[in-house]
Amino acid sequence: MSTEGIEKEDSAKTDLAKSAPPADTPSADAEPGVAKEAVTAVDPRLVVREQGFAGYLTEFKRRMRGGELGSVPVIVGLILIMAIFQGLDDAFLSAQNLSNISIDIAGPGLIAVGIIFVLLLGEIDLSIGSVSGLAGAVFAVLAVQEGMPEVPAIILAVLVGTATGAFHGFFFARIGVPPLVVTLAGLLGWQGLMLYILGSSGTINLDSDGIVAKLTTYYFTDVAAAYGLAAVSVGGYFAAAYFGARRREAAGVPSRPLSEIVLRTVVLAVLAFVPAYVLNQYKGLPLALLIFLVVVVGADFVLRRTGFGRRVFALGGSVEASRRAGINVDLMRIAVFSVSGTLAAIGGLFMASTIAAANQGAGGGTLLMNAIAAAVIGGTSLYGGRGSSWSALLGVLVIMSIQSGLALKGIDAPVQYMITGSVLLAAVVIDSVSRRTQKTAGRA
Amino acid sequence: MSATPVLALRGISKRFGAVQALTDVDLEVRAGEVVALVGDNGAGKSTLVKTVAGVHAIDDGIIEWGGRPVRIHKPHDAQDLGIATVYQDLSLCDNLDVVGNLFLGQEIRTVGVLDEVEMERRSRELLTTLSIRIPSVRIPTASLSGGQRQTVAIARSLLGDPKLVILDEPTAALGVEQTAQVLDLVERLRERDHAVLLISHNMEDVKAVADRVAVLRLGRNNGVFDVATTTQEEIVAAITGATDNAVTRRSARGSAEAAK
Repeated sequence: MSTEGIEKEDSAKTDLAKSAPPADTPSADAEPGVAKEAVTAVDPRLVVREQGFAGYLTEFKRRMRGGELGSVPVIVGLILIMAIFQGLDDAFLSAQNLSNISIDIAGPGLIAVGIIFVLLLGEIDLSIGSVSGLAGAVFAVLAVQEGMPEVPAIILAVLVGTATGAFHGFFFARIGVPPLVVTLAGLLGWQGLMLYILGSSGTINLDSDGIVAKLTTYYFTDVAAAYGLAAVSVGGYFAAAYFGARRREAAGVPSRPLSEIVLRTVVLAVLAFVPAYVLNQYKGLPLALLIFLVVVVGADFVLRRTGFGRRVFALGGSVEASRRAGINVDLMRIAVFSVSGTLAAIGGLFMASTIAAANQGAGGGTLLMNAIAAAVIGGTSLYGGRGSSWSALLGVLVIMSIQSGLALKGIDAPVQYMITGSVLLAAVVIDSVSRRTQKTAGRA
Repeated sequence: MSATPVLALRGISKRFGAVQALTDVDLEVRAGEVVALVGDNGAGKSTLVKTVAGVHAIDDGIIEWGGRPVRIHKPHDAQDLGIATVYQDLSLCDNLDVVGNLFLGQEIRTVGVLDEVEMERRSRELLTTLSIRIPSVRIPTASLSGGQRQTVAIARSLLGDPKLVILDEPTAALGVEQTAQVLDLVERLRERDHAVLLISHNMEDVKAVADRVAVLRLGRNNGVFDVATTTQEEIVAAITGATDNAVTRRSARGSAEAAK
């Protein structure tokens, strides 16, 4: 490094140190990666990632120290949980049990994807459990009692969820009622509505050959399905990353080197083909898991690649700045709560499907807490503006693995509740601590 | 410097209930000119800027834009005319990266999908043209220093290629080096033939970059000075009211007659 480069770097340190007094600034961390020459036109202090694997590690270490933990705690937690339960009971990592977990995660997972949109705003939606129960009940009443064909009944049930979300959003955005309160009212109100439409019988059994019942009982038994999905995902990822990088290169902006793309693709391939193999050892790819994954990927796309998603993050960062940028804040809030309600309703149909009935207990119990906990455990911040739809998948895997493991050992609900509560607390603690670290590192 | 002012305010008045915030204020800003708007706290600087930015509608007077009278009722009206306002704070989302902030609310899309590559390319281009130096366009703005954040906020206002840029106390919370960065940027705006209205408390800043200084005192004009030929004492005297000039006399006579 030339003397000039060192000087520039020093000035970068002092400059950044002004805004973030603790010495742990990003530029100081990434010392080997600070640009040395030739980028003066852009910035001499540009933090350039070293190409290849070494740069990847440096970047990773810098993020960890800066408090950008992302999904690392939950992945570590998941591995720990699996190891512990496998140690306690050999059946835990059996193909059958893992396949069952992959179906059980769909309902709460879908609801968690919805709450992630709300959490990204920095708000909370407590009504999702009740809304999911209501949607199941609406479907059951329409399809079973009123004899409506299943498809329109499903659409109507989901639209009921959308409407409840829009209702909460309206009171929050236009009237100014805090979401905590309006969705708390919804928690009680929609549960009341559900009990009302279920009527005196209290339980409506679903047609076991119907679409909704099939949601959680159908498997693509052909081994090609699971492997095909894995292959398509891996191939699609590689193509997108490769051509994206070519395009960035062509436009003259920094791009990922091929070695890194290959590395990421290999990791993804392991993560895709191992579960596909395991699922094929049992009954094949469950429909529920497929739908859940499609929703997670779709939500991720919406959040990261569309104007809507950008606005959700912006609102989570600063409402006032968003308003001044010309974003229709009220409309966004209503839309986000509608998304939450819609996904809660879809999740509710999966929950109804697992018990093949709509009953008075639907949407109650631990469902609400599990969905919120899943989102937070997965790494979506309660403080808004930070998160991803993938945290729904990771978080719900943790929660459902714990439930499944405890159930295998025959441990009852009281202990399950306490353990799930502790895990949620741990996740929130990690969230708060990492947020504080990010602040001191000037990243929040 | 063109003859017709980009923005001309004629006899602007604004009341808030019992408070007469602005009385009969005149102001002209031309392309390629930096006009500083100074005054004590409560002199009406922010109110005047907000009437131009469309936050408050005026009660009386005429706003001329390029010589034609216009009405500005909403922030959107001002943006459509080509007026960009940079507020001293609250203008960036900390969790978004620089590109995200620059294009917030005006994202480039291809078939509904954000075109990150194009936005990043144009961000770099814009920042390079303005000689703005930031570590990377892909780090959250939270990592930037106050001066860097302010320059990003100003850069963002330039994306729509506005004719008039209003800067509300751009250096209020900044250190020496960072203030210098922002002032450099103000000069570059002038070179690029933008009209700039700079609100400031800081006389050094004003002397450094402004061409003319308009002083407000108690919601009225209290003189417009040419920076090159005026001493700082004269300006300060106008701000504090320890001065007596033609403008104050005329307006005093005007209100006295109105009172009769």
